[in-house]
Amino acid sequence: MADPLVRFEGVRKSYGAGPAAVQSLDLDIARGELLTLLGPSGSGKTTTLMMLAGFELPSAGRILLEGRDIARLPPHRRGVGVVFQSYALFPHMSVAENVAFPLSVRGVAKAAQADRVRRALAMVRLESYGERRPAQLSGGQQQRVALARALVFEPPIVLLDEPLGALDKALREEMQLEIRHLHQRLGVTMMYVTHDQAEALTLSDRIAVFEGGRIRQCADPRRLYDRPADAFVAGFVGENNLLPGRIEARDAESCEVRLACGPVVRAEAVDAGGPGEGCLVAIRPERVAVAGVTAAELGEGALPATVLEAIFLGDHVRLRLGLGDGGEVVAKRPAGLGALPEPGGAAAIAWPEGAAFAFRDAGARV
Amino acid sequence: MARAACWVAGVLVAVFLLAPIFAIVPLSFSAGSFLFYPLPGLSLRWYRDFFGSDFWLPAVWNSLGIGLASAALATLLGTPAAFGLWRMKGRFRAVAMGIVLAPMVVPVIVVAVALLLAFGPIGLVATHAGMVIAHAALGAPFVVVTVLASLEAFDPVQLRAASACGAGPLRAFFRVCLPQIAPGVAAGAVFAFATSLDEVVVALFIAGPAQRTLPRQMFAGLNDTISLTTTAAAAMLVLLSVVLLAVVGWLQGRKKAGGG
Repeated sequence: MADPLVRFEGVRKSYGAGPAAVQSLDLDIARGELLTLLGPSGSGKTTTLMMLAGFELPSAGRILLEGRDIARLPPHRRGVGVVFQSYALFPHMSVAENVAFPLSVRGVAKAAQADRVRRALAMVRLESYGERRPAQLSGGQQQRVALARALVFEPPIVLLDEPLGALDKALREEMQLEIRHLHQRLGVTMMYVTHDQAEALTLSDRIAVFEGGRIRQCADPRRLYDRPADAFVAGFVGENNLLPGRIEARDAESCEVRLACGPVVRAEAVDAGGPGEGCLVAIRPERVAVAGVTAAELGEGALPATVLEAIFLGDHVRLRLGLGDGGEVVAKRPAGLGALPEPGGAAAIAWPEGAAFAFRDAGARV
Repeated sequence: MARAACWVAGVLVAVFLLAPIFAIVPLSFSAGSFLFYPLPGLSLRWYRDFFGSDFWLPAVWNSLGIGLASAALATLLGTPAAFGLWRMKGRFRAVAMGIVLAPMVVPVIVVAVALLLAFGPIGLVATHAGMVIAHAALGAPFVVVTVLASLEAFDPVQLRAASACGAGPLRAFFRVCLPQIAPGVAAGAVFAFATSLDEVVVALFIAGPAQRTLPRQMFAGLNDTISLTTTAAAAMLVLLSVVLLAVVGWLQGRKKAGGG
């Protein structure tokens, strides 16, 4: 990336003995983008954010902000905005005083402070709440105040550490859109940490998927979803059927896999070994077509299956299908596509070419 | 039945705790000159005597002056110590805590002898500064304990938030942490003041004639002539203690109300 705003260069963080929390991280953040660090707890995403904020010191490597190494700079000299999961508003100050705090620390004149505080509160639609105390606001409102406080001094980047983790689902989705719109309107660079893949897909320009202290894949949401780089990403981002099997034959792009439950399927060889090696075949549930006909009638490459369970979810039906000897595939079928056999009945399944991917089995790799 | 027994026990304990106060306070209003009941009549003569005497009044000023100065010093030292202990991790925390709280546990007579020996060569015996330092050392642990208790309710992420806003450690402490733990700091200061107010052992050892505090003077008064002015002095101390307790109670109420 040419001229990134932030660059992590070989950054490592370890606590005493044991495996490093972050292992040799290289990551660029472009000006104006919203980059999400996505991963399960303990994957190193929060540690990475804390190193950029200055609350953790890297054990090795450099962190460049606008070309300057800030890895050893104390947090208050970095000029980076941070939004915390617990809001961390100052309870003894009013909302306006909270938002004014970064300006007052920087010695901005009182009149200018009031003006900028007003604009920052308007940005998060809390103009008329300046005189209140944080305790008098709802969780969502408090987090919007925290956002205003992190934005008011116009930092080059704002870091958000699971900012919506304490909110209920409906409010969380509303706030996701609000943050997204704020980001689009202001053009401010943001680094966002979450373990919620749907949230990451909603918000991000780019997503870095963390696991075990490493980035498994860093790409835009569509690519991440459509072309996951390995079995972990395939399983973590969105829903996926992950069927174990063994590679029978492969060429440069694709391979034939004998699934553990019997059938042989074609899959794109994204991250797969040679013939004879174990692998996982990933197929998205919404790519699996299901019909109440025989496999031969459905077409070439179709497989016979048994309907195990059908759950009606309004806009779609979620099907659990038995495949071969003990295999199981989940399919999402839009509602209104016609009747299917009752549970226990025979059906056929198929998916378009390029919808199945073969990955090295993460369990077998270790 | 069990409830009644609890009540009886509770009242007995209360009587046990309060009896000395109820015994001494009415005596200070006696019209007679001796420490006995029934009172021959009521009068304020001992209070007149107390407020008109060269023996007692300087002691009151000494007590208040040394108490305020030592409470201020104890708060100035105890608050940062509590903050440091609160941020400390690992096994050294217990060691540091033990050192800071030692004056609370070590017998006062030992502290007094040690102070006498230590202050002698550096000329602090029989000085106001010496008394203030000694009483601050005795009061500081109370400040540490109360401030630590109010820090338990303080969210450390607040300090991170402050530094993310651009505030250095000092500014973060004074503008974000201190206002939130202020009731605890004030309560600690009151406890330190109270400690100095009723301290007599150290005063016996290191106070000169110019530093005699109220309790020290009561001790002397009892030795020389048993005047009922001593009971008036005692009643004044009781009154001050009640006021201090009320202040601490009010501060703790504020802490709860302002804690959201």
